Amino acid sequence: MTTTELTLPREAGRRRGRGRMGAGKQLHAGPLTYVVLTVFALVSLAPLVWTAVAASRTDRRLAQTPPPLWFGGNLFKNLQAAWDQAGLGTAMLNSVIVAGTITVSTVLFSTLAGFAFAKLRFRFSGVLLLLTIGTMMIPPQLAVVPLYLWMSDLGWSNQLQTVILPSLVTAFGTFFMRQYLVQALPTELIEAARVDGASSLRIVWHVVFPAARPAMAVLGLLTFVFAWNDFLWPIIALTQQNPTVQVALNSLGTGYVPDQAVIMAGALLGTLPLLVAFLLFGKQIVGGIMQGAIKG
Amino acid sequence: MSSSKQALAHPASSAEAASGTSPGAARGARGRGAPAAPDSWRSRLYRWDMKASPYAFVAPFFILFGAFSLVPLLYTAWYSLHDVQLSALDHQTWAGLDNYKNLLSSDFFWNALKNTLSIGVISTVPQLLAALALAHLLNYKLRGSTMWRVVMLTPYATSVAAATLVFTLLYSWDGGMVNWVLHFFGVDPVNWRESDWGSQFAVSSIVIWRWTGYNALIYLAAMQAIPADLYESAAIDGANRWQQFRHVTIPQLRPTILFTVVVSTIGATQLFGEPLLFGGVSGSKGGSEHQYQTLGLYMYDQGWIIGNLGKASAIAWSMFLILLIIAAVNLLLTRRLRKSQ
Repeated sequence: MTTTELTLPREAGRRRGRGRMGAGKQLHAGPLTYVVLTVFALVSLAPLVWTAVAASRTDRRLAQTPPPLWFGGNLFKNLQAAWDQAGLGTAMLNSVIVAGTITVSTVLFSTLAGFAFAKLRFRFSGVLLLLTIGTMMIPPQLAVVPLYLWMSDLGWSNQLQTVILPSLVTAFGTFFMRQYLVQALPTELIEAARVDGASSLRIVWHVVFPAARPAMAVLGLLTFVFAWNDFLWPIIALTQQNPTVQVALNSLGTGYVPDQAVIMAGALLGTLPLLVAFLLFGKQIVGGIMQGAIKG
Repeated sequence: MSSSKQALAHPASSAEAASGTSPGAARGARGRGAPAAPDSWRSRLYRWDMKASPYAFVAPFFILFGAFSLVPLLYTAWYSLHDVQLSALDHQTWAGLDNYKNLLSSDFFWNALKNTLSIGVISTVPQLLAALALAHLLNYKLRGSTMWRVVMLTPYATSVAAATLVFTLLYSWDGGMVNWVLHFFGVDPVNWRESDWGSQFAVSSIVIWRWTGYNALIYLAAMQAIPADLYESAAIDGANRWQQFRHVTIPQLRPTILFTVVVSTIGATQLFGEPLLFGGVSGSKGGSEHQYQTLGLYMYDQGWIIGNLGKASAIAWSMFLILLIIAAVNLLLTRRLRKSQ
């Protein structure tokens, strides 16, 4: 990793602050900028809007030329069909359980480990941190064969713990929390609490968690998005009998329900929770990705 | 561990941690917790807590991470040296390098490798260029700057599965939106599913759509960290906006660009969901002629459709080796760049 990526956010913020003031760089955008940005925005949103258009039509209409450009009257019928026939109802509940559990566990354990790496001295901490960073990019393909064999040994096929257990922590989460806490948590505060005789556990509860809260929230959002959209392992481990949203969508794509309008309704339903999350917390998610970028 | 060793270790670590304050004075004033009375159970507990708690805090992470990421990595290597069939999981026999030999002599493996490379290039290059342009625009002072950023990120909220289902319909040969729009430009309907380049382009476009905004935000963050005086002195030297972008922004972004290239390359190497769902019912084959079967797809096909988990493990490790080579090349490039600067 290089210097820019490892620049501490506080430093970067300060620099940016200075930059924004007197710089000739932060020019106001001209009309052309807005035009080009609008094109980008349309490309980003059009497929999603069209999903809703297609979900409000019929299978027959979708096979005709020209394709429909405006909403029809079948949206609720198709949503109902996706919910019932494609098992989207069960799938949504399962995905909430899976992504929720993974999010809570990742945030909790990443904060603990990140705090230890950021502020505590212990043997092998350097090596362990390097191991964490170095393994951040191992593709999921390298784990699925043994996981599959173990889970079938345990007789857990089609049960939710098969997709929860392997995702309970991420190397990214630990590194993310470590980078945040290095600068956000004053060492003096920990020492003062120690002097007062606080145990490490009390320090975590009363000092570390409050200081880490903004980063925990951001990590939670990013983890939830990631867990909700996780694809490879869930489609190997689960079937349409007990699916997550992505497994149900995969079944739709492979002809489980042949009606294109219902398939689009399923895609819309499966994306809706995250779209709502983006509407509510978009600013925080954007901030989190940008923070993560500066930190590495 | 002897108590004298602990007694030695403790003052050192606390002095380090307390840099700035005066721990001795504070301790004296409050008279609690610290090793004033070295033999009391309380101070022994305190010292034990200091020593053990860091390990306790990293333990859940490393136990879970080790058990479900690192150990499987090694087991995958082990299975890749065995004959493991989905239909007879209890009969695993040693196969040596047979799985790897089998791969190297398989046309499908080389085809998948070639497809992974070509889809990787046509998805990554335009994506990062567009992200760079988009970041540059977002870096202007904008009305509603947060709104623009969130809008650009919405494709990232869409799952691979949902996005691919929609794009597959948009790309359908008969009555699809893309072909309909193209006909206004006098282009004959393209068979996006069957043609070689058409299908690879279609699969790549899903990747580009989902990740451009995300990468733009990463570039934007790096752009905002560039010191303003660099632009000021460039402006004094008479550089216009394009020259400033070319000679200030790009060089300053170089580490970030390298970082996104690496991350995108890793993503491209494991590309799986998009080609799988784009192929519909027989998705794991990557089209009738395997024209968009990637390594990730080939692995899934061999492991869970054909049922040869040993071979699937060998494919997984081949992917890993390819990534290691990419990482090594990247490291060399970074060193070179640093030296030249």
